[in-house]
Order: sequence, then structure tokens, then C-alpha cells
Amino acid sequence: MKHLLFTEHMKTADLIHANYRLLFVLPRFGIQLGFGDRSIGEVCRQNGCSVDLFLLVCNLCTFNDFLPDPGALHAFTVDELTAYLRRSHEDYLQHQIPEIRERVLALVGCCEAKNGRVLERFFDDYLREVVRHFEYEEAVVFPYVHSLVAGTGRADEGYSIGQFEENHSNIEEKLGDLKNILIKYLPDLSCGALRNNLLLDLFLLEGDLSKHSLIEDRILVPLVEQLEGERR
Amino acid sequence: MNGGAKKTRRVAIITPSALLTAGLKSLLAEAGGGEFEVCGLFDEPGRFMERAPLLEPDVVLVDPVVFDFQRRTAVRSCFEGVPRAALVAVVYGFIEPETLKQYHGAVLLYDDGRTVVRKLRRALEERRPEAEGGGEGYELTDRESEILVAVAKGMTNKEIADAHHISVHTVISHRKNITRKTGIKTVSGLTVYALLNNLLDQSEVE
Repeated sequence: MKHLLFTEHMKTADLIHANYRLLFVLPRFGIQLGFGDRSIGEVCRQNGCSVDLFLLVCNLCTFNDFLPDPGALHAFTVDELTAYLRRSHEDYLQHQIPEIRERVLALVGCCEAKNGRVLERFFDDYLREVVRHFEYEEAVVFPYVHSLVAGTGRADEGYSIGQFEENHSNIEEKLGDLKNILIKYLPDLSCGALRNNLLLDLFLLEGDLSKHSLIEDRILVPLVEQLEGERR
Repeated sequence: MNGGAKKTRRVAIITPSALLTAGLKSLLAEAGGGEFEVCGLFDEPGRFMERAPLLEPDVVLVDPVVFDFQRRTAVRSCFEGVPRAALVAVVYGFIEPETLKQYHGAVLLYDDGRTVVRKLRRALEERRPEAEGGGEGYELTDRESEILVAVAKGMTNKEIADAHHISVHTVISHRKNITRKTGIKTVSGLTVYALLNNLLDQSEVE
């Protein structure tokens, strides 16, 4: 399996050809398109981001059964990881989701008023839940992780990273419901193209969010568990 | 459905009346032409439920007097152990329509043999969609739609069970089927389903 993974000597452009969904990931590392034929290592260094973390994220997002070795979690700093996660949150909240909301509103405008209201309400409900979840991570989880690194850890105050993983599922379920409603149950037939485009966006968002949770579950959580172990 | 008439259907009879038992038995043997085979005779439902898992009846003919007045509208929850069986009431006196709704069919004291057979077949047909929710049915049954609306209104499983005279266990199994069929997992998603399908009005969820 190892020889199939991305390495720092590969061309950056080949990453995108191998998995176009990494187009979501690159900007979060500050990497802009137009990098010519430079390798992954060069591009990362030019942009001041950790090559190891970048490769770890790209591999995790591309190869379904990729499990990072425990040693690979120390090749970058915790700050670099939380900075990446924060930028992902920012990307969802400031770009991706608002754009999807525009599409929802366009569809709402084209549906029967009653159905439109129901749809808009459900989407906003979903949106609130996403925001709440990200805020919780930034307000509670990340500071906790930093305090562990700084050695002022609060591992004794009853919080532990184990409590955190459960939160993802409800957000995923709501998004799944929204897809089913659009595919099967919204009765308005006149807005086919809007509906299709919205669904395509939702599938992309869903895939990307699930990779985001995967990064948290396979990188952040094990890393913090190691730190918690050291603090005890 | 697939050649229902050829397959032998197993029938259990629950009644304290020897006359009814003997009558039903000989009627099914004569008019059924081998389609119905009596697999067990019981005078009350408790004894029947002990044996039910082994008998696996397709049809249960029930004399409604075996349920006391309090439990008359909770018949289905008494037969949860045989979820695939069609429940058919044997009616010979007055029976409330509300009570009769609990059964998949009813045969009357004055029905002739052929009518009884036809009614049993129809009860089996009636039973199938709900029982085989696991298989071919994709559409929600009426019962599932009722439960869905109750969930969308924000009722708990316990409240739904009480309102529909079924057990919490049955409510949960309906909810599983609803989610499997619709693909919708959250309560707010089910509310949207109910609103879009006009099963519920916006004013009822606020």
C-alpha cells in the first residue's frame, strides 16, 4: 500500500489529477493553483506549510483505508494542525456553505411558497448546527489541545477528547436527509436544473465534510490521546 | 402476489368455544381444498403466544371475547410475537368498529365456506405489505405514515405507543422501517417529509 501513497517528490499537479476533491484542500494550506511543474515538497516549502501534514491530509482524503502510523503524528506541530482545521472551518462557513445557501434560496424562489419555506427552514436549521459544532471545536477542543501541549493541561478537569467524536453524526444525518428530500420528496417539478446543481454541491460538500471528520478522528484525536497519556 | 392459492397456509384458532373450533376446522377442511391447514387450537391468547414461535401461523383466527374489555383495542400488541400473521376476528355478536380495526379481517358466524376462505385470503393480502416491510415495499404503509406524523409533531415513543395502543417496541420497529424506506433519519427531516406530503400542517409543528 505504501508505494501507492503521495510523496513529496511527486508533481503537485498530479495530486489534482488523481483526486480532484483535493481542490478543496489546497487553499486551506495557502497553496494557489498555477504552481507549474513543481513538486509537492517545493510547493509546500514556498508556501510555508508543513510537507508532512500536507501529505498526511492528502493521503487521508484520497485513500480510503489509509491509516497514519502513530509516529507520523509528530512530524508537524499541533499548531499547524489546528491552523489547518480552523482554515477549513472558515472555508465552510465563509465560502462553501454560503454559496450553497444561495443555491437553496434560488430553488426556494422557484418552488411553491409553502414548500420553499419548509426547505429554507430545514437548511437554516442544518446551518445552525454546523456553526454550533465548529464553534464548539474552536472554543473548547482546540484550546484544550493547546493547553495540553503547553503543559498547562486540564486533563484532570474531566474533559477528554473521547467525548468529542460523537458530535459529527447528527450533522451528517441532516445533510443526508436534505439530499433525500431533494431527490425524492420535494414535489415542485419546474426547477430541475437548480435542484440538480444544488444536489451536486451537496454531494461534494458531504464528501469533503466526511474527510474533515476523518482528519479529526484519525489525526487530531489520536494525537491528543497520546498527549493525554503523557500528561497522566 | 406469487400464487397465494397453491401454498398451504397455517391457521391457528383461539376461542374458548368448542362449537366454533369444530365448526371452523371442518369448514376450512371442506372449503379450503388443502389451502388452509389448522396448526393449533387454543382457548386463550397467552397459551397461544407461548407456542406461536414454533407454530409460525400465517393466519390467526381470534374470537374477540378472549380479550377483556380494557385490552380490546390493543390486540395487535398482544400478537407482536407473530408479526407476519394475519389476524382475523371471528364475529358473532356486536363488535365496535374501533376494535375491529385492530384485525386484518373478520369472518362472520353466517358466512359460508367459500366466503370464509375468500376473507382469509384477503386478510393475508392485507397483512403482507406491513409484515414484509423488510422486503418489497418501498412506500410507507398507512400505519407508518401515522407514526411518522406523530414523530414529526415531536411526540416521544412512549406517547406514540399510548396514543396508538401499541407497544414502544412496535413504535421503534415502525420508526426503523420509516427510516429505511425514506432514507430520512432526523426528526426535523421527517417533519419536512410530512409537511411536503401534506400529512401535517405547519401550524401543528410550531
